[in-house]
Amino acid sequence: MPTLIKRRSIVSADAWRVIGLAPETSSAFADSEDVIVALAVWKSDRPSLANRSGRTGVWLGPADDPAELAAVGAFPALVAVHFPAFTDGRGYSTARLLRERHGYRGELRAIGDVLRDQLYELARCGFDAFALRDDQDATAALSAFADFSEDYQAAVDRGPLFARRAALQAPGR
Amino acid sequence: MYIYDEIDQRIVDERVAQFRDQTRRFLSGSLSEDEFRALRLRNGLYIQKHAPMLRVAIPYGLLSSAQLRKLAHIARRYDRGYGHFSTRQNIQYNWPRLEDVPEILAELATVQMHAIQTSGNCVRNITTDHFAGVAPDEIVDPFVWAEVMRQWSTFHPEFGFLPRKFKIAINGSVEDRAAVLVHDIGIHAVRNEAGETGFRVIVGGGLGRTPIIGHVIRDFLPWPHLLTYLDAILRVYNRYGRRDNKYKARIKILVKDLTPAGFTRQVEEEWAHLRDGPGTLVQEEIDRVESRFTRAPYALLHDIDAGYELLLKGEPAFARWASRNVHAHKVPGYAAVSLSLKKTGVPPGDATAEQMDAVANLADHYSFGELRVTHEQNLVFADVAKRDLHDLWLELKVLGLATPNIGLLTNIIACPGGDFCSLANAVSIPVAQAIQSRFDNLDYLYDIGELDLNISGCMNSCGHHHVGHIGILGVDKNGEEWYQISIGGSQGSQASLGKVIGPSFARDEVPGVIGRLIETYLHKRDSENERFVDVVRRVGIEPFKAHVYAYAD
Repeated sequence: MPTLIKRRSIVSADAWRVIGLAPETSSAFADSEDVIVALAVWKSDRPSLANRSGRTGVWLGPADDPAELAAVGAFPALVAVHFPAFTDGRGYSTARLLRERHGYRGELRAIGDVLRDQLYELARCGFDAFALRDDQDATAALSAFADFSEDYQAAVDRGPLFARRAALQAPGR
Repeated sequence: MYIYDEIDQRIVDERVAQFRDQTRRFLSGSLSEDEFRALRLRNGLYIQKHAPMLRVAIPYGLLSSAQLRKLAHIARRYDRGYGHFSTRQNIQYNWPRLEDVPEILAELATVQMHAIQTSGNCVRNITTDHFAGVAPDEIVDPFVWAEVMRQWSTFHPEFGFLPRKFKIAINGSVEDRAAVLVHDIGIHAVRNEAGETGFRVIVGGGLGRTPIIGHVIRDFLPWPHLLTYLDAILRVYNRYGRRDNKYKARIKILVKDLTPAGFTRQVEEEWAHLRDGPGTLVQEEIDRVESRFTRAPYALLHDIDAGYELLLKGEPAFARWASRNVHAHKVPGYAAVSLSLKKTGVPPGDATAEQMDAVANLADHYSFGELRVTHEQNLVFADVAKRDLHDLWLELKVLGLATPNIGLLTNIIACPGGDFCSLANAVSIPVAQAIQSRFDNLDYLYDIGELDLNISGCMNSCGHHHVGHIGILGVDKNGEEWYQISIGGSQGSQASLGKVIGPSFARDEVPGVIGRLIETYLHKRDSENERFVDVVRRVGIEPFKAHVYAYAD
């Protein structure tokens, strides 16, 4: 079970289970379970998923278009974006589109090859939950959010530095 | 120079701390080789044949004398006493120790330098015209816009893991001296009929194994939209660029697959959402960036300096140097000067720590304490008073930096090649040296006239061989080094890609082949004004081919 960081702290008990990512595990789940299903499942089975007693989230693969999720209607209880390898940067765009274009406000969780050294940029793109890869030191990873104190460009978290710069500069500098 | 404010400095300092921690975790075994690889690459650190190679950013090629002294100090203290200026206007050190790199970065930060994004699949150092700010045909000062884009690209959170590396160039003049047609994105400043500043946006050019001239996807982008438009292009590329094959991962392949029209449509659709968003530039920011650049306090001079004119008439060697290495300047009485790093017998682009220190002193004395690195791997003093040119020439001669060969055959662009680079198929520098030796006679060299000769040790094309009037490419044939020769390439507004003349040659044959290409040219040209590349364009490659291969077995 990966360690979860949520809103900058370690969460020890997390009920969500990702379905359909690891091919060797069964894609069956109990009615009461909190599960994160693939976009295709969400699109085809949404009425029955909505009648479950457990909560339902959706995960997007790197090639999935967030516009398709938005087009389905109301957003699920949680959205996860899967990083098959930390060097696959498509999920950063997926996250920004969800936040900035499609107005998703709920939990946005990075899953897969999620490492300490990418947390800062992931957070800037709108992720607020991080299911760290098993070998990661979660306590040490928390410090990643403080790697930088300023950013030049506009992202989900804040506008561009040039819009803030004058206010940040002490008078006379 | 753009002078950092407290925030710019803090960001670079924080990067040093971050990389120090990453290196510590790697050396202690808690960061795997693969994971550290992606991180160190974004700090310009490669593991090469002999040792790590560290590529230090020289944003848009602009350096202060204090920065150059620091580069000399690093060469001396952490390397073997020299550095290599690259075709991306950066400097590379070939022998640092991994353990020392955090300390080197900390030293660089004290002079507002870094190695951020000099490698890796992210936006690389943004390059521009080495005559920025002084060229008579300038529309806008590209340094200001290059700095605006440097800040935008620095740790851009969305585009840190693109399908492949990403190179942007900006040109601010009428004439293109930034090779905007052969970059992932080329930005060419233009004015519209109303006199407003904007940019022509060119996408999908590049060299490498699939050389291609870029496509104009927007004729006029009003300047406030520069960054949001870049975001739109990069987002389309990040989402849809190929990631399954690194040789097909550059944006040029995506543009080709979607067709230029299809790609443009996608960018415009994306931009429709981003347009006028928070990233839209405002005049105050452009003014702020501009005001943080140092400006040369020019003296009020006559454009014609009588003493200089007299010396030109009296000293043929000086006149020869001035004809090749001195360039027009927009301020009366001033000139820009090229310092050639292409002396015969010295690897192209290499400079010793002693040369760097001496050049720093000369820059202080003659050019307001600043200099530029060119993509042709030379240095430029942009602001020299004409009355000082003769004194400067005398001092440069002593340093071996006055070779009067700018624009001539021996001003060879060459990548580090197989002597240093683990990607190369073949060596580059010894080939360059053999050619330089063959054409060491200055009279012959001047008779040949303007000629760009570029050498790459493999098809990654770091030596820009595709756009050389003569291009030489190192190829591997059953484990042996061979060289393929092309002719007719060129850079600039008329950019074209060279055509291969035929089967490749062994290394020791190359100078002879170049000799026969030159013989053909001299025989075919209609006057001294017709350059090598003009003749190739006029008569085609056949006569060259015939003469070269008539001698082959």
